[in-house]
Amino acid sequence: MPYLEIARLEKSFGANRVVTDFNLGVEQGEFISLLGPSGCGKTTVLRMVAGFERPSSGAIRIGSEDVVGKRPNQRNIGMVFQAYALFPNLTVAENVGFGLKIKGARRDEITARVAEMLALIGLPDLGARYPFQLSGGQQQRVALARALAPKPRVLLLDEPLSALDAKVRVSLRNEIRAIQRDLGITTIFVTHDQEEALSISDRIVVMNAGIADQVGTPFEIYNRPTTRFVANFVGQLNLFKADGAGRIGGVAVGQGDFAARPEAVHLGREAESDIVLPATVEEVHFLGSVIRVTAAAAGARIALDTFNRPDMPPPAVGSAVELSLSSRDLIPLK
Amino acid sequence: MSLYARLTGWIVLLFGLGYFFIPLLGLTEFSLKARRGVYSLDAYAKIIGDTEFQATFSYSVVMALVTIAFGILIVVPTAFWVRLKMPWARPYVEFLTLLPLVIPAIVIVFGYIRLYNTSSWLPLTGTVTGTNLLLAFGYTVLALPYMYRAVDTGLRTIDVATLTEAAQSLGAGWTTILTRVILPNVLPAVLSGAFLTFAIVIGEFTLAALLDRPAFGPYLQRIGANKPYEPFALSVIAFAITWACMGLIQLVTRFSKHMKAES
Repeated sequence: MPYLEIARLEKSFGANRVVTDFNLGVEQGEFISLLGPSGCGKTTVLRMVAGFERPSSGAIRIGSEDVVGKRPNQRNIGMVFQAYALFPNLTVAENVGFGLKIKGARRDEITARVAEMLALIGLPDLGARYPFQLSGGQQQRVALARALAPKPRVLLLDEPLSALDAKVRVSLRNEIRAIQRDLGITTIFVTHDQEEALSISDRIVVMNAGIADQVGTPFEIYNRPTTRFVANFVGQLNLFKADGAGRIGGVAVGQGDFAARPEAVHLGREAESDIVLPATVEEVHFLGSVIRVTAAAAGARIALDTFNRPDMPPPAVGSAVELSLSSRDLIPLK
Repeated sequence: MSLYARLTGWIVLLFGLGYFFIPLLGLTEFSLKARRGVYSLDAYAKIIGDTEFQATFSYSVVMALVTIAFGILIVVPTAFWVRLKMPWARPYVEFLTLLPLVIPAIVIVFGYIRLYNTSSWLPLTGTVTGTNLLLAFGYTVLALPYMYRAVDTGLRTIDVATLTEAAQSLGAGWTTILTRVILPNVLPAVLSGAFLTFAIVIGEFTLAALLDRPAFGPYLQRIGANKPYEPFALSVIAFAITWACMGLIQLVTRFSKHMKAES
């Protein structure tokens, strides 16, 4: 039985239904990402778990206890917000110790736990500072420490990295994942950034229009998307249409639409690729280790990635080339 | 800027300053003339030494503090709740809090006397404590526009919803949220509301006179009608108090900038 179980969860605001039949089981210590475009209902699901929104119907169980009727302050859930939400009038140490103080912990207990948390986030000397004296990344780390200090049952992260600049975002997301693994805390992470979700999650829930479109490991989500939306939303995609006889490049693949990731398409003929398409190079982007080529083939624009090799310069724009791919790499789109 | 424009600016400024300060200077000068031929602080000494001054002034100070406490108790939770849960109600609440500016104090006090007289269901005017309480309620109503505006402006500078949710997720209930998170963060705003309330209560005449309470306002009026120099000394003192309040508001606002978080 999963540690955190969400069953048939629904939420409507007036006539507007934002979450529909949402089901999810999260194992203890698992890191789950809710991924989707803005307005897909991912934050609403998170807020219902936190207790800030009341579900229209459905159940949320933590450790087999139904928490739907409980107020947010009775759920023992840690939450980190996009806007940090540190208390401006309290120092870093007071912020981190806030939850423990409310619980009525002893002063020496609080001091010890605060020191431990500040060491965990790598800011052991900043306890006396006020939030406005910290950078965005530091503030968010303090917010994480504050959420973790009272030892919550579940940690909820609501787009915690969106307000930070790119470099801090990458380092902080790795840090969050390391701390989460360290403490073994069950975590739900909401993001609209697919790279973020792919890089740090045990499993990802891709959400679209209030529905969980697909739940799976990052590997499954990326390589075996089950719906057209997931295929489109996660990673880049080339679309192929089979001809009337169900063939692409002369190889029988079946009726319908297919997709292939840029790294599945090769420049030139490859031994294991059965589909070969003549193409004209339209764009070449040299990105260092990777070269991204866009070519026109079979009436469509195909993007492909090849690794840079010093002895093989990229093709010239306008030149005629052959593209090849294996029919096994084609993703059928529903 | 042309010389003409600059000159006009200066003239307007000087006229404004003169319009404001010359009567004040005249007032101050006259208040110092209690002793024939020389300037002295006799009038001030007489006023400050007057036991009635001391009694009425301390009464009004206590009333002001009680009014401030009532104001904070009513306004902070209301403004917080309206911002958090009922943003649609803001214009209505704002309109309500503005009513004391258009309804004269005399109407309020007659309403009170009619509603709470000795033969009513709640005979507040029957006892001294009851009447004092009634006066404090009246003052709270009079100060409402200022208090509400100050607190609401203060709340606008913080992210009320997220801070509340953050505190809730850490286990805080409503009382803790209000006293430990919201109030400390709007304290400068609450204090400026408090100083305005103080200034209003200290000089208020109508409510205190008609409820027959020994407040500073009626004393001011009584002295003005009966003494030559003292009322002017009193006016200067009253001005000084008001200005001190304004100065304190400025000070608190400046202090709060140092505390402000980037949000």
